[in-house]
Amino acid sequence: MSSAAAYLALLAGIVVWALLVRKLTTKPWEFGAVEQGGVEELPNAAPARVGLWVFLGVVTSLFALFMSAYYMRMGHGHGEGLTHDWHPLIEPPILWVNSVLLIAASVAMQRARWCVSQQHVERARDALIVGGLLTAMFLCGQVYAWSTVLRSGEFNATNPAVAFFYVITAVHGLHLVGGLVVWARTLRRMIGKRPEPIDVRLSIELCTTYWHFLLIVWLVLFVLLLLT
Amino acid sequence: MAFVAIADRDHEHVLHEPQSFVRKYVWSQDHKVIAVQYAIVAILIGLVALGMSILMRLQLAFPDTFSLISPDRYYQYITMHGMIMVIYLLTALFLGGFGNYLIPLMCGSRDMVFPYMNMLSFWVYFLAVLVLVAGMFVPGGATGAGWTLYPPQAISAGTPGAGWGIILMLTSLAIFIVAFTMGGLNYVTTVLQARCRGMTLMRMPLSVWGIFTASILGLLAFPALFVSAVMMALDSVVGTSFFMPAVASMGETSRHSGGSPLLFQHLFWFFGHPEVYIVALPAFGIVSDLLSTHARRNIFGYRMMVWAIVAIGCLSFVVWAHHMYISGMNPYFGFFFATTTLIIAVPTAIKVYNWVLTLWRGDIHLNVPMLFAIGFIFTFINGGLTGLFLGNVTVDVPLSGTYFVVAHFHLVMGVSPILVVFGAIYHWYPKITGRMLDDTMGKVHFWITFIGTYAIYLPMYYLGILGVPRRYYAYGNAIEFIPPSVHEANVWITLSALVVASAQLVFLFNLIWSYFYGKVADGNPWRATTLEWQTPETPPKHGNWGKDLPVVYRWAYDYNVPNAPRDFIPQDEPPDDRQPAGREHGVKS
Repeated sequence: MSSAAAYLALLAGIVVWALLVRKLTTKPWEFGAVEQGGVEELPNAAPARVGLWVFLGVVTSLFALFMSAYYMRMGHGHGEGLTHDWHPLIEPPILWVNSVLLIAASVAMQRARWCVSQQHVERARDALIVGGLLTAMFLCGQVYAWSTVLRSGEFNATNPAVAFFYVITAVHGLHLVGGLVVWARTLRRMIGKRPEPIDVRLSIELCTTYWHFLLIVWLVLFVLLLLT
Repeated sequence: MAFVAIADRDHEHVLHEPQSFVRKYVWSQDHKVIAVQYAIVAILIGLVALGMSILMRLQLAFPDTFSLISPDRYYQYITMHGMIMVIYLLTALFLGGFGNYLIPLMCGSRDMVFPYMNMLSFWVYFLAVLVLVAGMFVPGGATGAGWTLYPPQAISAGTPGAGWGIILMLTSLAIFIVAFTMGGLNYVTTVLQARCRGMTLMRMPLSVWGIFTASILGLLAFPALFVSAVMMALDSVVGTSFFMPAVASMGETSRHSGGSPLLFQHLFWFFGHPEVYIVALPAFGIVSDLLSTHARRNIFGYRMMVWAIVAIGCLSFVVWAHHMYISGMNPYFGFFFATTTLIIAVPTAIKVYNWVLTLWRGDIHLNVPMLFAIGFIFTFINGGLTGLFLGNVTVDVPLSGTYFVVAHFHLVMGVSPILVVFGAIYHWYPKITGRMLDDTMGKVHFWITFIGTYAIYLPMYYLGILGVPRRYYAYGNAIEFIPPSVHEANVWITLSALVVASAQLVFLFNLIWSYFYGKVADGNPWRATTLEWQTPETPPKHGNWGKDLPVVYRWAYDYNVPNAPRDFIPQDEPPDDRQPAGREHGVKS
């Protein structure tokens, strides 16, 4: 829970800073306290962009809680006279390859974003396809890692290290599958007819942000798995 | 450059009002229809939970009388009653119902920023309710583990619904969380990005602040419930040991190893305590607006109220373990959580003072919404003060397993928010339907509910102080220290509960009767300042605002402004020399 609490404290700090400190002296009941008929400065952001960032906050909370549970469960039983049933898992080597694939996918998505910002729609489409395919390969690699553990002598559902490995990677994978749905919708708009860059720019940008985020989440999870 | 996404591009959008019945009322993307859909489903499932509470009360007052109420069923009623009331009624009604209806109207938007996702949110919520109800009809019935679903009991043989019942409950919760996330993203993003011109954050009505902050809390806290639901389902179905310890029972050892039930409690309450405020903060915001409007006086300490909402929201994440004192914890840990619990009482108390000071020297109109708002203040104080007892470890330990806790949490997060829900429905019903609710029926409803509440819960405090344990199906002669007066109190409580439940039928009748025969309401029957009362039509049509979005020039609480021709100035009324903004808290000169 501690890392989740720390994350939330950080988030709360940002909210307080962003919302309150700037407004500390505003007295809305006073005449002229706020510019008449105007609005305050807000980031120039499309609702979808703001919505994505809010969603990323939710996903961060989800993974922070999974990781908190991971740490707490790992420590459970130490020095309490209880059975300590955590038997560390030897991670399948394929995870290293998978990590490289996801990094490459993220790079491809970034290239798509750059291309569309330079008005090169076709190049952006190609990069987008590459990014999606690499992600699909990453997911296949994860399934292969699962089967590797399943076939090894280490598989035991009651070993929390094994159970956490499956749960955490599955939840991460499901988020990527969700991302691939949006990726496919974006790609469909780029394949049927020749779109204007403005039509797909935001979608590609949001996909890219999401991919980078899930890459960071995966790297943190991977380090966590390796270290424990 | 200032930027409001929807407002700035408003002229680019052509409003296509749905024509077919299905698109208009079933698969609707209109926030107002979705709000009503949420409200109807939440109230219906809430009535099921109310019925269960009556069955529980009948058992406690007249044990061995009703063969229908077996011990197993009693525990199933406890569990379903709690879970439905907290999650499927109050959370859904405040955020899905009032959040949907009020945010776009109070912020001056045409709709939520993601209308399609908003529609999905409701239907996924409806699916969650269906799965929950399905749990009552599977072999073994619904889970009877108590609404906290603590393992190992929840998934161990012997507990009612330990097979299918708990699985469907966990599935329903996971679906609900998906629905809430879609809704919550909408509420937060709409408040941040779709306010009309002039609607600065500090000009937003407190209802919007409460719903906005509660949505953020929900988005961050519900994942904890999701994580615990997923892991417990795996413990039950796959045989993992996240929470399940090795259990030996009837000569057999379970397949689980050394899981940690305490881990579940931490995760559950990391969600569970913010959940209290997910329900309370919208109630705080709404009641502030009710008090201000019906006392014809601006809210006292608006900025402080906003800060208190945000402070309570932040602090609600660091008090969770005060629900776990009796689970055993390091004394320093307990000290920390007792301290944070006392600290969170400070912004809460500030809000109570400000509500009372808003009434002070106000032009109070004791109409039905106001009665419920004042009833809320009373009840929240009574329930909240006993929370200070329970927040301290040494007092909580003897009281935690007794009816004292039942009385406390029902008053503070059951009845108090429900009183606000009633007040809010009486207040906004004219805007939603175009007709007024009947005043006499409303007052009958209020007085029976309000007095009945105390007839129910004050004796429960007494029972708790006597040490009468909660969660018991029947006492019989097993507990010798319980005096005969306890049984008399139980009979009294049950009779009171029956009367209060009957009063809700008056409310339901009023809702339906007034829809057809109620007095036709004008656009702003309460002479309120906020934007939802300034719509061109009542009820507002698709798109809310006709051709042009409103522009806001002032805050939401310009009541009784000195030298103003009327005792209120709507937020969208432009300033002129004769109508200054309300300085000095609107006190009459």
